[in-house]
Amino acid sequence: MQNANPDTSPAQPQPWFRTKAGRIALSILMPLFTFFLLWQGFLFLRDSEAPQIVIVLVAILWGVGGVALLFTILNLVVEQLPEVLRQNIQPFVFVGPALLLLTWFLALPAFRTLLLSFQDATGRKFTGIENYIFAFTDRVMLEAFRNNLLWMLVGTFFCVSLGLLIAVLADRSRYENIYKAIIFMPMAISFVGAGVIWKFVYTYKGEGAGISEIGLLNAVVLALGGTSQPWLQQPPWNNLFLIVIMVWLQTGFAMVIISSAIKGISSEVLEAARVDGANEFQVFFRIIIPSIQGTLLTVTTTIVIFSLKLFDIVRVMTGGNNGTNVIANEFYLQRFTYGHAGRASAIAIVLLLAVVPVMVYNLRQFRDRKAFL
Amino acid sequence: MNSHKRAKQFSNILVNATLIIISLIWIIPAFGILVTSFRNSEDIFTSGWWTVFPHQAYIKTGEIKIAPEVDVNGPIEINGITHTFEEWREGIVLPDGSKLTWYGNKRTRTVEVQQQQWMWFDVNLTLDNYKNVISGQEIRFKGADGNEIVRKGNDLGGAFLNSVAVAVPATIIPILIAAFAAYGFAWMNFPGRKFFFTLVVALLVVPLQIALVPILQDFTRLNLNGTFLAIWMAHTGFGLPLAIYLLFNYISELPRETLEAAFIDGASHFTIFTELILPLSVPALASFAIFQFLWVWNDYLVALVFLGDSNRVITSALAAIVGEKGQDWHLLTSGAFISMLLPLAVFFSLQRYFVRGLLAGSVKG
Repeated sequence: MQNANPDTSPAQPQPWFRTKAGRIALSILMPLFTFFLLWQGFLFLRDSEAPQIVIVLVAILWGVGGVALLFTILNLVVEQLPEVLRQNIQPFVFVGPALLLLTWFLALPAFRTLLLSFQDATGRKFTGIENYIFAFTDRVMLEAFRNNLLWMLVGTFFCVSLGLLIAVLADRSRYENIYKAIIFMPMAISFVGAGVIWKFVYTYKGEGAGISEIGLLNAVVLALGGTSQPWLQQPPWNNLFLIVIMVWLQTGFAMVIISSAIKGISSEVLEAARVDGANEFQVFFRIIIPSIQGTLLTVTTTIVIFSLKLFDIVRVMTGGNNGTNVIANEFYLQRFTYGHAGRASAIAIVLLLAVVPVMVYNLRQFRDRKAFL
Repeated sequence: MNSHKRAKQFSNILVNATLIIISLIWIIPAFGILVTSFRNSEDIFTSGWWTVFPHQAYIKTGEIKIAPEVDVNGPIEINGITHTFEEWREGIVLPDGSKLTWYGNKRTRTVEVQQQQWMWFDVNLTLDNYKNVISGQEIRFKGADGNEIVRKGNDLGGAFLNSVAVAVPATIIPILIAAFAAYGFAWMNFPGRKFFFTLVVALLVVPLQIALVPILQDFTRLNLNGTFLAIWMAHTGFGLPLAIYLLFNYISELPRETLEAAFIDGASHFTIFTELILPLSVPALASFAIFQFLWVWNDYLVALVFLGDSNRVITSALAAIVGEKGQDWHLLTSGAFISMLLPLAVFFSLQRYFVRGLLAGSVKG
């Protein structure tokens, strides 16, 4: 065999995988073998009757190992290429999989959903803006918009102001970390779990002899001389009782971010103001608030977006009944309960449009950053 | 000066008192379900969870039988006091502190004598609720009326394992892919680099509802619905923008000299990435890992859409108990607590990293 590789001198015998033919064979065989291995794993996971614990372990190993293996093999193949080609292709081994997934799972779906939103329930016929007329005029949707507005205004207001209050107060206490850990704890709990916790607080048994309320809220109301209420069934107040759950979950987030911003204020400035005779309220409104303005804006935006997309709490607590429906729940109902992909898509587009201002803001911030390029 | 000191002390007490009250409000609802999850199912239906603590209650000490000739529809005289049946049923407190309460309906003709006593610790705690909610087999428990109920368990044990099988790869896979991408964006040159990173930033706040309908179509076509692979890919896709953004911020700030030295030594990008960058980025990787793990473990919507009832995860299983049997508090409370165990453990042991991730990534919607 004629040796055309300039790197190899004929004097030394080469191991077979360093020869050109060996490298070509390797770069074809390795991916094939990897693919075969992964395919076998997939079949095992799909069809196996093994005990669940075995399946779970194999699944973890297959999923994590598979991705690592894919990167390694892809890179191995690329490194067999000539220098110039390699330099052009290698970056795409690194960013390619991410870009592929981003395109498939987020970028492309935005356009596909837009297309679907102009079609009928099953996506067979174009119906123009009919779904958008539904989204903006239907009684159910208007109620959902009203409720989302309530979530965004009331929920965000209480999350941010309570978070600010706790952050400022905790900053002056010796037991700061304990308080903060307690307020922060719900961040680790799922909305479904939080739903169960608060459903139990609100539970209602009704009036009658020998019935004792087992829900905390009704027991407190009874002890104060009131009558027990089915809290989650009385519109419009039930919305507020649901919002309480979000405040319980998200105040910790606001508190942590605000707290770290407060710690960033220079203590000299605060000290100087106090020496000049400013009282604590003046320090708070004239120094602390202006210094953390940017942080407050970020926190508020994040929680507003969060409450815009809110789904789990409403789904678990009331299913959207009794006047508690929200946009994201109506999206779910339209697609999965009524099977109307067109309307669901239109609702998703409405959600997307609502976050466009934030998206534009993020992009502007990014453009102003010098770090890139 | 003394008054100044006293004012400071007063404000200190005020600050701590406010914080203690808020902390109690925060912790009591969760504490309630923790206590309830260890109570007998029968007890849960008849008395509030706070009754496990010492409190005063009326305890039955005797019984009075009403003679058959007394007309129970008119005013009834017992021990020299006269009240209507409705009033007796509500219970009448006598001057000596004891309480007379009609038992059951009019035909029982029985009045219970009750004395107020301190109840210290007369609670029956049990692990049965946990056993029952974990089991996928037939379970037995007592309902509100004391009758035994037999039904199929909710198999939360299986759901817990499924959640592990979903959450672990759905945390590690996006980290791996995002770390490669972040390195590529930070240290490699390729056409479209700025455009693609702008795309990542734009996608940070996109609501995932936008993707559910088309992706479900794809998965149906590929016959992937209900598989672990489907939900890993979905969580990876949805988590990638934040992951790339966070890791890029970290990896691009690493000192340039370290990398250049490695290049001069002839190391390839792949070697530099795996042997230099990954170990250096552990804090950033940990921050995102906790973020993503909590997000995936607690996610309900994505699991509901792509997994449904096959390979049901713990949030779906818990939500199913709420839906089917909204009043089975012994199962709901123990189930809710099981679902919180792992995230709470991860959260409290790695809180420092989690906070750092939050601070770096609060742009995510």
